[in-house]
Amino acid sequence: MGNVEEYPIIWLQCATCTGCSVSILNSESPTIKNILVDEILPGKHLNLRFHPTIMAGAGQAVIEEMEETKQRKSGSYILMIEGAIPTIEDGNYGCIGEKDEKPITMLSAVESLGKEALAVIALGTCAAFGGIAAAHRNPGKCVGVDKLFKSLSIITPLINIPGCPPHPDWLVGTVASFLLNGLPKEEDLDEYRRPKAFYGRLIHERCPRRADFDEGKFAKNFNKPGCLYELGCKGPVAYADCPLRLWNGGVNWCINAGSPCIGCCEFGFPDVVSPLYQKMDVEALPIVGRRIEIE
Amino acid sequence: MNKIIIDPVTRIEGHLKIEVSVENGEVKDAKSSGMLFRGIEFILQGRDPRDAQMLTERICGVCPTSHSIAAALNLDSAFGISDKIPDNGRIMRNLILGAAHIADHILHFYHLSALDYLDITKVASYDGSDAVLSSLRNFAERGKLGPFIPRYEGDYRLSDEITLNVIAHYIEALTMRRKAQKMVSIFGGKMPHNMGVIPGGVTMVPTTDKIISFIWRLNELRDFINTIYLPDVLAIAEAYSDYFEIGVGCRNLLSYGSYDLDGKESDLTKRQRLFKQGTVSIDLNFNKLDITQISEEVKYSWYESGSAETEPKFGKEGAYSWIKAPRYGGKVYEVGPLARMMTNYVNGDPRIKELADPILSRFKAEPKNLFSVLGRHIARAVETKYIADSMQDWLLQLKPGESSYVDYIIPDDSIGVGLIEAARGALGHWIEIKDKKIANYQCVVPSTWNLSPRDDSGQPGPVEQALIGTKIKDESNPFEVVRIVRSFDPCIACAVHCIKM
Repeated sequence: MGNVEEYPIIWLQCATCTGCSVSILNSESPTIKNILVDEILPGKHLNLRFHPTIMAGAGQAVIEEMEETKQRKSGSYILMIEGAIPTIEDGNYGCIGEKDEKPITMLSAVESLGKEALAVIALGTCAAFGGIAAAHRNPGKCVGVDKLFKSLSIITPLINIPGCPPHPDWLVGTVASFLLNGLPKEEDLDEYRRPKAFYGRLIHERCPRRADFDEGKFAKNFNKPGCLYELGCKGPVAYADCPLRLWNGGVNWCINAGSPCIGCCEFGFPDVVSPLYQKMDVEALPIVGRRIEIE
Repeated sequence: MNKIIIDPVTRIEGHLKIEVSVENGEVKDAKSSGMLFRGIEFILQGRDPRDAQMLTERICGVCPTSHSIAAALNLDSAFGISDKIPDNGRIMRNLILGAAHIADHILHFYHLSALDYLDITKVASYDGSDAVLSSLRNFAERGKLGPFIPRYEGDYRLSDEITLNVIAHYIEALTMRRKAQKMVSIFGGKMPHNMGVIPGGVTMVPTTDKIISFIWRLNELRDFINTIYLPDVLAIAEAYSDYFEIGVGCRNLLSYGSYDLDGKESDLTKRQRLFKQGTVSIDLNFNKLDITQISEEVKYSWYESGSAETEPKFGKEGAYSWIKAPRYGGKVYEVGPLARMMTNYVNGDPRIKELADPILSRFKAEPKNLFSVLGRHIARAVETKYIADSMQDWLLQLKPGESSYVDYIIPDDSIGVGLIEAARGALGHWIEIKDKKIANYQCVVPSTWNLSPRDDSGQPGPVEQALIGTKIKDESNPFEVVRIVRSFDPCIACAVHCIKM
């Protein structure tokens, strides 16, 4: 057991609802116990040094633990960020804790930990793109990690795993790929730094109600069969593998529950897909999947 | 006077700071501070009202179902269809909410609270053959006990045998809460942030295959609740019985009631519900709910005072929290499972009495002793069983293949109210619609009540009152403080809200 390689992880919660953490708790295989306690892959253990919802300690002791991990493991820890980062009032709308009675803003924590991390995973749409916290009026002037890093010229490798919440498999798969193959190559990520393995195709391309769309059979109201396009479904512009992967261990997913996709993995969610239950313009539909006239 | 600052308070939802002043080993003063402001209600203004349940559930990833249902009830009311929701829709909402409450309560006891009572490092000396405990021992032997070290040291009282049992249950509870989340997903589409609850009912038509797959997951959970969760809560109560006297709080409880048993009464304060509406004081005085008694005060919160809308104002003189101070009839009220249990208890609910009375007699306790740290844990476990047992009947009342949704027209102008009980207590949503858009949206959320700072007249909030007067045995390991705070199951993303209507 001396050969187990430890991968320190610092998990920051910023302007979040904790839904991303709860989603990861729902991981089916590996379970959360496998992820945190066991060797997630032979000889490799994810060593969670800081996670506000899980860790036993509290107060300054855990802040010191976080800082010590940063110093001792500089350049070798993975930084997980959940939630957007409030920038208004020097970041004072959101604090993760304090040291010697000085509050530590989310803004300063993301900056100082982000600079020295081996890699940063922005988990969830808020961390990736601002998400709900940054929706119109954006009272806290919240931003996603990518935007913040660019403004601060931080060049630490960044992977976005959006979703409101993200599917646990998307995180676990990304981490496993990193443990086996190292950081993703640029061609493995899309223009929004999302792993193509999970976000490479539109919901619409693989939707079980696709045949209804192609045949023009649209549900006119909830509870009715047919494609949900007229009820506002954003599947035609949303990238994720939900139709194949399903949610909560395969028991269901949004469209199978008769609910239109709300495009929760997209840059600009929720504003760009609002009103959520309003039919998108036909012009917004992608070329891919448009019905081809058969001669 | 010594100051103890706990920031962050961990193993809760969100960003909470607790500060207590201690003199001669006793807490003389306490302050509860919410440390994140997002302003979801500002974000809702100007949007399509139908989006409210999708956006407000994202206030909280732990209790999204409660927000989605509060919002749906709010919109039903604003759209004038409160009395028209099909029974299938009403029942599926109950099942979605119930499954989420079961998941939340199991998570709260094992994963958020138990480490305050349980010496998890004892697993290092485990020499038996149980696979889970052995894997935990291997984990401990590697010497990297993150995230379980650092922690407070000292007051761990459970025997070795009970400790190892509860550690094994900590792991098993991870599986069980995941199963309960699957149950939400069966009718809600996914979890967290279920998609199924909408104004008018639920998006999905119930089918027999879904019903039976729900029933058998529920059966597994009922076994776990009966044979593991409830006994573990009582085992901890046995070892820490002094906590029947610790963390009494503000001595007044408030419940909006929850789980609609009929859908024909439009006034939610009068609707027949599994958990009844009302207030209960520590001398078991019951009063009917009157929501016109609710007010919110901001003298000690980082908001401008006095205006119609409460705008954020960080650094306001004297203020110390992003949480506002809701009050009922000008007085301080605690919300949560204890409020629900006691409201039904004083109304003579036979099932609640059947569950609670044997526990009271086992610990030679009076109902007033339930106003305590242990009372809150016991109430949570008791209601988990009560809800799970009730869900079996509800599942069989569903009519497979029949509608769970009723259509509506969005009015040009309207107002609405949605009242429900989230896992953590009374949750209210209010809406004002103008020109078919959201003009104003307000949430008053359980942790806003419980974690509130002082109000305009200087009365401390429920958690603050529960802390003041507490004896602290070891100021460098203030177990009493975190045990009291966590007994309320704080949810700070929920607690911070801003709009005044």
